[in-house]
Amino acid sequence: MRQLIILLKKEFTQIRRNPFLPKLIIVFPIMIMLVMPWVTTMDVRNVSVAIVDEDHSQLSHRIVSDVMASDYFNLIDGVYTYNEALSLLENCEVDVILSIPYHFELDLSSENPQKLSIAANAVNATKGSLGSQYLVQTVALTLSRQLSEQGITTASDLVVIQNRYNETLDYKNLMIPALMIMLLILICGFLSAINIVIEKENGTIEQINVSPVGRFTFTLAKLIPFWIIGLFVISVAMVVAWLVYGLSPVGSLLNIYLATILFILGFSGFGVAIANKSDNIQQTMFVMFFFVIIFMLLSGLLTPISSMPDWAQKFTLILPPRYYIEIMRSVYLKGATFSELWHNFAALGIFAVVFNLLAAVSYRKQS
Amino acid sequence: MKGHNFLSFVKKETLHIVRDVRTMMIVLLIPVILMILFGFAISTEVNNLDVAVVAPHRTKDIRMSVERLANNPYFSFVGYIDEKDIDHMLRSAKADAIVVFDSDYERLIQLRAEGVVTKPVMQFVFDASNTNVATAGATYLQNVMQKDHTRQSLFEMHLLYNPQMKSAYNFVPGIMGLIFILICAMMTSVSIVREKEMGTMEVLLVSPVRPIKIILAKMIPYFVISCINLATILLIAHYVLDVPMSGGVGAIVLLSIVYLLLSLALGLLVSVVSSSQVMALLISAMVMMLPMMMLSGMVFPLENLPDVLKPLPYIVPARWYIEAIRKVMIMGLPLTAVLKEMSILCLMFVALVGVSLKKFNDKLE
Repeated sequence: MRQLIILLKKEFTQIRRNPFLPKLIIVFPIMIMLVMPWVTTMDVRNVSVAIVDEDHSQLSHRIVSDVMASDYFNLIDGVYTYNEALSLLENCEVDVILSIPYHFELDLSSENPQKLSIAANAVNATKGSLGSQYLVQTVALTLSRQLSEQGITTASDLVVIQNRYNETLDYKNLMIPALMIMLLILICGFLSAINIVIEKENGTIEQINVSPVGRFTFTLAKLIPFWIIGLFVISVAMVVAWLVYGLSPVGSLLNIYLATILFILGFSGFGVAIANKSDNIQQTMFVMFFFVIIFMLLSGLLTPISSMPDWAQKFTLILPPRYYIEIMRSVYLKGATFSELWHNFAALGIFAVVFNLLAAVSYRKQS
Repeated sequence: MKGHNFLSFVKKETLHIVRDVRTMMIVLLIPVILMILFGFAISTEVNNLDVAVVAPHRTKDIRMSVERLANNPYFSFVGYIDEKDIDHMLRSAKADAIVVFDSDYERLIQLRAEGVVTKPVMQFVFDASNTNVATAGATYLQNVMQKDHTRQSLFEMHLLYNPQMKSAYNFVPGIMGLIFILICAMMTSVSIVREKEMGTMEVLLVSPVRPIKIILAKMIPYFVISCINLATILLIAHYVLDVPMSGGVGAIVLLSIVYLLLSLALGLLVSVVSSSQVMALLISAMVMMLPMMMLSGMVFPLENLPDVLKPLPYIVPARWYIEAIRKVMIMGLPLTAVLKEMSILCLMFVALVGVSLKKFNDKLE
């Protein structure tokens, strides 16, 4: 125990004296939390729309003015033919083209109405599909208004849609918990990995090796600072989320901290295991980078897991952040309880045990 | 004589790199694995939506609607549940959406058809904590569930350039932009600072070789490795992920080489300003990762940025590269269509090299 305390003191002194680390630990999370939530929205706004109006009717003018009035669209003026619109689309100046055929209004209430055609640039799949869906909704509203003025009821009110837990469909609410996790992955992963290698590169690991310190004590002393740093980072991020974005967890803070502790335990162990297995700093960083980027892009932090192919969905089962984000989002937005999420906690617990065993086993005193 | 000196420098640097076989293998393998993994797996399309149904009376109509839902590839039917379990199902993520049929469903449908009432007959409850799923899912679900009761659709959709909406098309340029810049920067970011740390910098500086040549000699082997990475990535993109490359391979390679050089130069700058290898690597891997991922337009559209932050993406090199590669690789536009992006990348490269050299010389004095 005394050994551990002395070693911990040494670790904290080393971190404090490092010219770069203290700044990184404090400034980096705050910057990320201040800037990134504004970026991480799939909400498609400013979709550029060109309308090719061959109908020139009252209805088609009504569609044009409704599109113009919407927040989501930028109407590109002065497009008269489909080919003009298409060449604008090729230059990425237009995202979606709406063509209103000749005699559209006249045929509207007939048995066989003509169709509006919507062409979207789907190179950016999100913008293409969501942009055209918005356009369909906007135009459908115009059409149903027109039809109901003519006394024809439409079926658009067949269904009521209720968006629970995030009524305004605000992306920030979804992404802020994900950003917190990314911060933890970056900070706990990279820093805990690097911490051991520094010792190797400086040659001070030999001194530790000849000392009576056991490998568990040594590894523990390397890990504990990052547990504390991780908890500090998540707390800072939560305060920023609350002050700047007004987002606070619906569920209990206790669940969030429990999940965070389990995750940090596991992840710092993982970092140490990688560092133990690597020859030098660069190698450690490359391997860590490899895992970090997989964790970030495949755990459902940015894109939903449910949209991955089956094999990839199975693969995500071995990614710890997958369980952590599930807990974070559920507690933050839905107020889920421990009993509803217990299997995620269990998974994180298993990862923590396995990674830390790896870390302890992979440390050999003899080099 | 000078040329000979330079060559032996390049040889020395190459030896340094080749000797560390493990690191080199890692650097060559990482892009391959990431490309295949992300190319296939990342997607923003919504499918496999888990839907549960609340139906007080399971009449024939309702059962048929539910069957249609269950047979639709977008949805998986979780089961019938009780109304009071809605919240529990959503909170424990057992369902993404719940369809609630009115207890008087059939009579209401009848009355609606006669034009007597306009009351809605069902309700969709979405777990909107996943915004993407809720937005896209609502439209799909509406289409499936209303089929019996609506007039035929008045819309006809065409998705140009990416007709099957394969996300790979969209993400391949993004993944290339992200992987290249981070790996190149990580490789070169240790180059100078390592010599400083090991104390061999002084030895190099007293040699008759000029500083610019020292730097150049360090870059050349890394450039060769990056080109190998570029080749493997393009091969995978074309043959494994079926990306069309309709704008011509020449244009893609040219753009990518400029981008690789820029990325190496970025690592160089990091190396010159850092005081230790640890700091250099933390900057190039950890600090740069999130901005490169988020501000490059790879996953998130950049138009949504508030005005204050609008200028931010302009200084992210990946943004210009990804934009250009999307145009050339997927839309099939010629090189002339991306001259703007190309010249910005070139300018950034020149600026980075200039600043690095200046800082390097400053440190010498």
